[in-house]
Amino acid sequence: MKKRSLLGKAPAAPYLVWSVLFIIAPLIFVAYYAFTDKNGNFTTANFGSLATAEYAEIFLRSACFAFLATIICLVIAYPVAYYISKTKPKTQKILMVLVMLPMWMNFLIRTYSWMAILEDTGLLNTALGYIGLGPYHMINTSGAVILGMVYNFLPYMILPIYTSLSKLDPRLVEASADLGCNATRTLFHVILPLSRSGIISGITMVFVPSISTFYISQKLGGGKFDLIGDTIERQFQTAYNYNLGSAISFVLMILIILSMTVMNRFGEEEGGMVA
Amino acid sequence: MEKNKIIELKQIVKEFDGERVLDSIDIDIFDKEFVTLLGPSGCGKTTMLRIIGGFVKADSGELWFDGKEISDVPPYKRHVNTVFQKYALFPHLNVYDNIAFGLRLKKMPEKEIYDKVEEMLAMVNLKGFEKRNVNLLSGGQQQRVAIARALINSPRVLLLDEPLGALDLKLRKDMQNELKNIQQKTGITFIYVTHDQEEALSMSDKVVVMANGQIQQIGSPTDIYNEPVNAFVADFIGESNILDGEMLCDYRVKFAGAEFDCLDKGFDKNEKVDVVVRPEDVDVVPVEKGMLSGVITSVTFKGVHYEIIVSVGGFKWMIQTTDYAGPGQKIGLYIEPDAIHIMKKSEFSNMFGDYSTYSEEMEHLSDLTEEDE
Repeated sequence: MKKRSLLGKAPAAPYLVWSVLFIIAPLIFVAYYAFTDKNGNFTTANFGSLATAEYAEIFLRSACFAFLATIICLVIAYPVAYYISKTKPKTQKILMVLVMLPMWMNFLIRTYSWMAILEDTGLLNTALGYIGLGPYHMINTSGAVILGMVYNFLPYMILPIYTSLSKLDPRLVEASADLGCNATRTLFHVILPLSRSGIISGITMVFVPSISTFYISQKLGGGKFDLIGDTIERQFQTAYNYNLGSAISFVLMILIILSMTVMNRFGEEEGGMVA
Repeated sequence: MEKNKIIELKQIVKEFDGERVLDSIDIDIFDKEFVTLLGPSGCGKTTMLRIIGGFVKADSGELWFDGKEISDVPPYKRHVNTVFQKYALFPHLNVYDNIAFGLRLKKMPEKEIYDKVEEMLAMVNLKGFEKRNVNLLSGGQQQRVAIARALINSPRVLLLDEPLGALDLKLRKDMQNELKNIQQKTGITFIYVTHDQEEALSMSDKVVVMANGQIQQIGSPTDIYNEPVNAFVADFIGESNILDGEMLCDYRVKFAGAEFDCLDKGFDKNEKVDVVVRPEDVDVVPVEKGMLSGVITSVTFKGVHYEIIVSVGGFKWMIQTTDYAGPGQKIGLYIEPDAIHIMKKSEFSNMFGDYSTYSEEMEHLSDLTEEDE
């Protein structure tokens, strides 16, 4: 019996090795550095030094930006995903490739391109100039940073929502109309509740990278809008303070776990649609 | 009292991708009737139901409801509810909330909704199932929820799209009885789509037999069975031996090389006709007493009776008899005048009614009875 169960588990071995090497071990390192000082002695001082107004602002700003980017992504992605799910199967495939297309390019290049578009003498202002508008100051604003997040993470919102909408049985929409719902009511009573699992995974997949992102803010925000990701990067790359960097990472991780728990609670109520 | 027309279809035409699925359909459906639309897959019966429900719009023609044209009225404004083929219960709602769905939209007070839901649950024998997850119910239970969800809105007309198709035979029989009882109790007009002729015969007040987008025959189950208008109806409803015949004069017909008395009249002299003889109406007698004689080619035991295939001059008859006779045996056939039914020739003549390719025909039939669409 025991032999058999070992054999049964054998196919999972590569994944287990992978998890231990690249997920568990780094987590242990992060925790180790977060709770030690430069000499390797146990301390909670790293966390203590985070309790400043400066860090509070960074955390709050990151959370706000990520929240806004997530909401904007949701508002844009839902109608897009709905529209795509209603087209013919062939068109659906083409449109989904178009949605994914930007992801084939490097993240840095995409963000650089937005710099060129948003600069005071950039593409957008030049184009607007031709029709007698502007120039507008767009680069190095909070709006530009959020735009960068929305642009980069939008496909992660469209994809899961599209998946849940394309699985929606059209007969349920008919049944809803049959029982007295007009189009708006069908949307709120049937379509939205049944695509909730997609919405929740979309929110998670946009919020988590948004709150921990770096680089977008440096390039599109001109360094004026420090986010958690940038701060962590700086601790490792410039300040060489692995202990503080790890402590920030650790706090961020706790925050993300907390917000995901809340999201999942929200998803689970009223019977297991989030599977 | 004059019966009240509740639904009228006038010259309804519907094409999908250039293929005509409904060809000038005219039909009146009366209040409190149990009407069955019966036909093989692709005959247009489901499309017709969906036009009445408002999910499909006819290309031309008019749909009237209780004296008013409703061709352009959206489904949510029609006094019609539907029990969908695969139930289409809302998976995010429990049994109670599924059934209450329609009433909540009407902003009915929760107390009244509660009473009505309980009443519906009692009617479909699902008391105590309020909080159950609909995804975990059996097919029969889901079916009952679907019926309750539709009926609670007190529709004038209930549309049922092959509602029992996914249930096993025993459950299907029980549900047939239940549906019939509910229809009689509530007095709601039922329009029922099925490809199962037995179901149609046992439940309906009126059967509408459809083929190729056209109505072949409308009538009571007994009319449809005893007086089919053409070879298609005769073959689709029950088993039939359908032979080429010639009407010699009133009450006298010639087929299978012999002459027979019959009860039909009003045909031209020597008019070519289709003759229907039901397998259960043929008596097996000794050869010398038979009006026809033939050799048994196969025998199948069916429980209540034997089903034997008899070759009479090359034409294979199906006969149902309780007396056993073995393959190879020569027997006589005796046919009473009232067992013979004469039909005009139609586009379906010579397509059905010979059992020489019996097994192949069964395959063909099972192809036909596959789900619509």
